[in-house]
Amino acid sequence: MADNDNRQMQKVIVFELVNKEYAIPVEYVLSIEKVSTITRVPGVEPFVMGVINLKGTITPIIDLRMRFGLEQKEYDESSRIIIISFNEFEVGLIVDSARDVLEFPADLIEPQPKVIGMQEIDFINGVVKVDKRLLILIKLERILQVLGTTQSI
Amino acid sequence: MDLDQYLEVFIEESKEHLQTCNELLLELEKNPDDVMIVHEIFRSAHTLKGMSATMGFDDLARLTHQMENVLDEIRNQRIKVNTDILDIVFLAVDDLEAMVLSVADGGNGKRDVSLTIEKLENIVAGQIVMIGSADREHPGAPVEMESRADIYDEYEWAVMEQSIDQGFKAYSVKVILNDDCILKAVRVFMVYEIFAELGEVIKSVPPVDVLEEEDFGQEFTATILSKQSAIDIEQRILKVSELESVRVSLVPNKTSKDQEYKATKDLENANQLQVHSTKQVKGKEDEKASSVNTAVAHSKTIRVNIERLDILMNLFEELVIDRGRLEQISKDLKDAELFETVEHMTRISGDMQTIILNMRMVPVETVFNRFPRMVRQLARNLNKHIRLEIIGAETELDRTVIDEIGDPLLHLLRNALDHGIETPEARRDKGKPEEGTVILKAYHSGNHVFIEIEDDGAGINTDVVVTKAVDKGIITEEQAEIMTERQKNELLFASGFSTAKEISDISGRGVGLDVVKNTIESLGGSVSINSRLGYGSIFSVKLPLTLSIISVMLVEVQDEKYAIPLSSIIETYIVQREEVLRSHNQDVIDFRGKIIPLVYLHSILSIPVCREEEDFLSLVIVRNGDKMAGLVVNSFIGQQEIVLKSLGNYLNSVFAVSGATILGDGQVALIIDCNSLVK
Repeated sequence: MADNDNRQMQKVIVFELVNKEYAIPVEYVLSIEKVSTITRVPGVEPFVMGVINLKGTITPIIDLRMRFGLEQKEYDESSRIIIISFNEFEVGLIVDSARDVLEFPADLIEPQPKVIGMQEIDFINGVVKVDKRLLILIKLERILQVLGTTQSI
Repeated sequence: MDLDQYLEVFIEESKEHLQTCNELLLELEKNPDDVMIVHEIFRSAHTLKGMSATMGFDDLARLTHQMENVLDEIRNQRIKVNTDILDIVFLAVDDLEAMVLSVADGGNGKRDVSLTIEKLENIVAGQIVMIGSADREHPGAPVEMESRADIYDEYEWAVMEQSIDQGFKAYSVKVILNDDCILKAVRVFMVYEIFAELGEVIKSVPPVDVLEEEDFGQEFTATILSKQSAIDIEQRILKVSELESVRVSLVPNKTSKDQEYKATKDLENANQLQVHSTKQVKGKEDEKASSVNTAVAHSKTIRVNIERLDILMNLFEELVIDRGRLEQISKDLKDAELFETVEHMTRISGDMQTIILNMRMVPVETVFNRFPRMVRQLARNLNKHIRLEIIGAETELDRTVIDEIGDPLLHLLRNALDHGIETPEARRDKGKPEEGTVILKAYHSGNHVFIEIEDDGAGINTDVVVTKAVDKGIITEEQAEIMTERQKNELLFASGFSTAKEISDISGRGVGLDVVKNTIESLGGSVSINSRLGYGSIFSVKLPLTLSIISVMLVEVQDEKYAIPLSSIIETYIVQREEVLRSHNQDVIDFRGKIIPLVYLHSILSIPVCREEEDFLSLVIVRNGDKMAGLVVNSFIGQQEIVLKSLGNYLNSVFAVSGATILGDGQVALIIDCNSLVK
């Protein structure tokens, strides 16, 4: 992404997970929903919380904290499900809160700094500094890797 | 007028009419004396002609017109239906089909139909020689006259019916004057004089005032009520000079069928007019005509893009969720009026739901109905006697699946006819009836529809199959030795395999059964073979109901709700805990003398246990084939119709779950896959 045209703008949805700000390109985001009842599905990876009824479509829900191997947290008023569509997959990602829509030149994106050293490093596409905020761009293809081919985290 | 917007309607309706022709022609072959069938075929052909002419597909119109002439001869009983004539008519239908398909593929619908037209003309011409009647009729003309004559309004029908009750008969009398008739009005007057003696004239085409002014061609038709016989009437009228011919025919009773017949005439008339008028007027007339036709021939239909239905359904589900909330709110508020309104809304929307869901379902008949015709033709080509039996044509499948299964099924049928059923001689030698039977059967089972093609033919010679597979390098000899009969049969589906000794134009069209298998598997289905050498084979196609309504039993397991397809359920059963027996580390019960295993759903589905153990176990007895099991649940919620939904690409295979559904309250419930639980 860093190699893209310099003047190209990147629009992202910003969300929060354990006090850090992450971003997903807006083109992959279908909608942002409040957390409703999730129907558990047996025998799937633990980070798949189940499925919800999204306007008549059964949509699997991934808890992003669990996917990243972070500590779990009860869903509350600010918890959101970001519905994304990526590579024919339509899934919802549960995040602590959805914050913002931001736009910045794509050339601001830097490769992931080695110093960050977080558990979720595998899921990062790059980082970007907008004003004084550090946004972590997440790697959707990695998050959505089909079950079975996923290595344990 | 921009015709493009009507093109889709034209194609669809043409296909329907051709299908009707096909079916009815087959019917006619079985009942060659049933004039009603001819009338119906005529109607379809006629509408098709009108539509084609309007749309500017002249070859189509020309051929249909010629076909109509033949049908007209048949319905006027000037030609006796026989297989040869039908062959030619079928040929015409084939041509028409090809042209419509060409139009559908974006072509211009042009085709050299002169040969077929010539054949049809020969039929008509042959008839004239054969009958040697005084009628100097040219095809087409009688249609026009008769059709006009036979239109009666409600009042006229009522009069006729009453008179018939009183012993009168209603006749349609067609009089053709000599070409050189000088005093036409006088002849008409004389004929009417006779009518007056015979009975009462209730209708005249053209109307009497037109007749008086001599403003008509050489013929006119009157409907009279009389107690005389047709022959008498004819004889008496023929006494008038300068008459070329007189034809007296009984007006059929006005049953529901005849009403259709009458409307047909209406329609024919409309079309007839339209063919002769200018193009623009034609368009209007035709639209009118086809809408009349739709109203009469079938129930009224409208074509809707399947995507719109999807959107409608999803929106409706949203509504259902809100309905659930409203119900909850009204319960909490305990306001009688609100409660009543919500209750009413619930009922209405429930009905709506059923309707919307059913809109996507199509009976497999729409696919099956093209087969009888094909089987007839193939059987003739192959010189075999074959009876096709269709069972379960009403079985419904989702539209998306229906659209895809036609070709694979066609291929399997061809295969059964070509390779399965033996020649009559061979069958006789084997002591079988000369006529082979192919059974095409569809039925629901679980979340699947099964379509079976069964023949009582030669069966599959696995030795031949294996030899060939080894020859072609599909398997090695070592592999062949350890294969089961079933596996050997299934070699037929291997790519590059074809058992036909020589390539026939029937099944050997360059594609083998592997293509069939691939197509079916791409639909998420499967196909299997069961065969007994010398006794026949069964090809069984299993198809999913991708998006369909199924009946389920909703159950509660601990705190979760699950749906179990009713088709897998034998019954619900409550058993005392003490009655549960242990056998090989497996809990079993004695269910009506049969030992069946228990499946604890909460442990299979790893549902957290939160309820206390009860003294009774609630069981849902399910089966998969002849195997049974008792699913242990906590309670039965009830039976419900649900929409089957997939879990999506991301969760494509979840153990023991075949899909999900959305319940009335908007919650998702998983559907238990009994087939994977009972093995």
